[in-house]
Amino acid sequence: MSNQTQAIPLDTTASTPGRRRATYGLSDAVTGWLLSLPLTLVLLFFLVLPIVMIVIVSFWGATEFSIYPAFQFDNYEFLLTSPVTYSVFLNTIKYAVITWAITLVLGFTIAYFLAFHVRTLTWQIVLFLLCTIPFWTSNIIRMISWIPFLGRNGIANSTLMSMGVIDEPLEWLLFSDFSVILAFVHLYTLFMVVPIFNTMMRIDKSLIEAAYDNGATGLQTLTNVIIPLTKPGIMIGSIFVVTLVMGDFITVRFMSGSQKANVGRLISNDIALLQYPSAAATAVVLLVTVLIVIGILLRFVDIRKEL
Amino acid sequence: MEKRSRSFHVLAAVFTLFLVFLYGPTITIAILSFQGPQGGLTFPMRGVSLNWFHELFQQQAVGDIWGSFARSLVLGLMVMVTTVVVSVMGGLAFRKRFPGSGVIFYLIITSLVIPSILVSLGVGLIFSQSGLDVHWSTSGFGSQLTWTLPFGLLIMFAVFNRFDKSYEEAARDQGATAWQTVRHVVLPIIAPMLIGVALFGFTLSYDEFARTLLTAGSYNTLPLEIYGMTTNVTTPVIFALGTLTTGFSLIIIAVFLVAVLMMNRRRARLGSDAGKGMV
Repeated sequence: MSNQTQAIPLDTTASTPGRRRATYGLSDAVTGWLLSLPLTLVLLFFLVLPIVMIVIVSFWGATEFSIYPAFQFDNYEFLLTSPVTYSVFLNTIKYAVITWAITLVLGFTIAYFLAFHVRTLTWQIVLFLLCTIPFWTSNIIRMISWIPFLGRNGIANSTLMSMGVIDEPLEWLLFSDFSVILAFVHLYTLFMVVPIFNTMMRIDKSLIEAAYDNGATGLQTLTNVIIPLTKPGIMIGSIFVVTLVMGDFITVRFMSGSQKANVGRLISNDIALLQYPSAAATAVVLLVTVLIVIGILLRFVDIRKEL
Repeated sequence: MEKRSRSFHVLAAVFTLFLVFLYGPTITIAILSFQGPQGGLTFPMRGVSLNWFHELFQQQAVGDIWGSFARSLVLGLMVMVTTVVVSVMGGLAFRKRFPGSGVIFYLIITSLVIPSILVSLGVGLIFSQSGLDVHWSTSGFGSQLTWTLPFGLLIMFAVFNRFDKSYEEAARDQGATAWQTVRHVVLPIIAPMLIGVALFGFTLSYDEFARTLLTAGSYNTLPLEIYGMTTNVTTPVIFALGTLTTGFSLIIIAVFLVAVLMMNRRRARLGSDAGKGMV
């Protein structure tokens, strides 16, 4: 308590020598660098260097058992001339677009309900947490948990059959595009809900009242006021969903029973065959594709402003 | 209160269905993990038993799941502590722009959006080509940080964007050093959010699969072990494991949430009455 009653020193650097001078005397730049040093080191060693390494190895050669340094374009040539590549990239983009559309509509609806129809903050927090908790549990377990539902003798088929909707089990429920996209929606809708909810909570409620006072219908308010103001959240959510789906390999492998392919699986198959250079070349092309998509989406939003 | 509109009821129904969609499958496997010894991967239940949980404790049936659980636990704690410390430091650094801050910010975003398998592949290649041992506590640890740190940092950025700087100014005016200000003013104020960052750090690490796939070395973490089981186990034992590990995650989440709740309660009770007028 004693130093609270002291006279307030006018110049903080002058009152005590030594340590204080050292900390306050340092320029903002050095303080910033020092504080972000651990972060920068982690990102350098485990993000930048690995990307550089992948780019380098993508020019290497491979035998059946080992890889050797080289500078050749064989991997890219093989990749870009193979019709498989194009169909797999197309399939990847198909998954991304369909998942994006479904999670957007679903995520927006959920966020809209939480932000504008749930009236007390406590309930908003409780319901929001209910949506969030599965995100903190294992993705693989959440995929496995679809098996009893979608299998040939699963809950979905037996329910539909007992209701007389179908006569024999639907084969396309599990191990199909349907199950892959269902799992994507199941795993990633939250990534839409959170940023959209976040921006919606910041919308000044008086803007909505003003719209109603001026005679706007509910739908007009939604399309002319709420959606435009929610755009940054929609963009951030889209970035999450699109990149997660494009970079995925495990969901497609597991939910399609290895019957469908996307770029991630192309990479992981090469890895399993120890064809690292070829995997690296595919990875580079995937990374470029993802970054282009992000670049386009980022034109619509300033992330630093939205935090 | 005004009457609920029709759209409220429609949206509430959609929300309820969404929750069923989110939790239904997990609850189903929780029920099915109590299948009798003859039971299969789906309904009907053939009796009720703890048979499949019992099998989890027999090494020959399921492999080294307890060893992998221990490794995942230790790794999760390592990642959690590192994520909290590095994120707070990063958050403090980013309160003022400094030369290079823009580049680091875009690296953070890149870290968030880069396909996980690229990190796995790249880190694995670096370690193998430079002759280092790939191990969950080194290469696996670093790879997981590229996933947990962006979340921790984005939370810290959001926290500091809303931080009232006058508290710090008050501390400084009363003669606190920079470190004292951080230690006695900033950290206590942001403490509940740090618990949130810790929760992200632990759970994202504990469940991470893709980034550890090529970086864990010869000793598997739990998600890798579970993934291995999906290809060769066709009994409800995998549901039992899923139920246990999900239950463990839920306990962890509950502990963190209760900690935040208690901290906020305590703060409301013991907080300053400054500015509330004379009562």
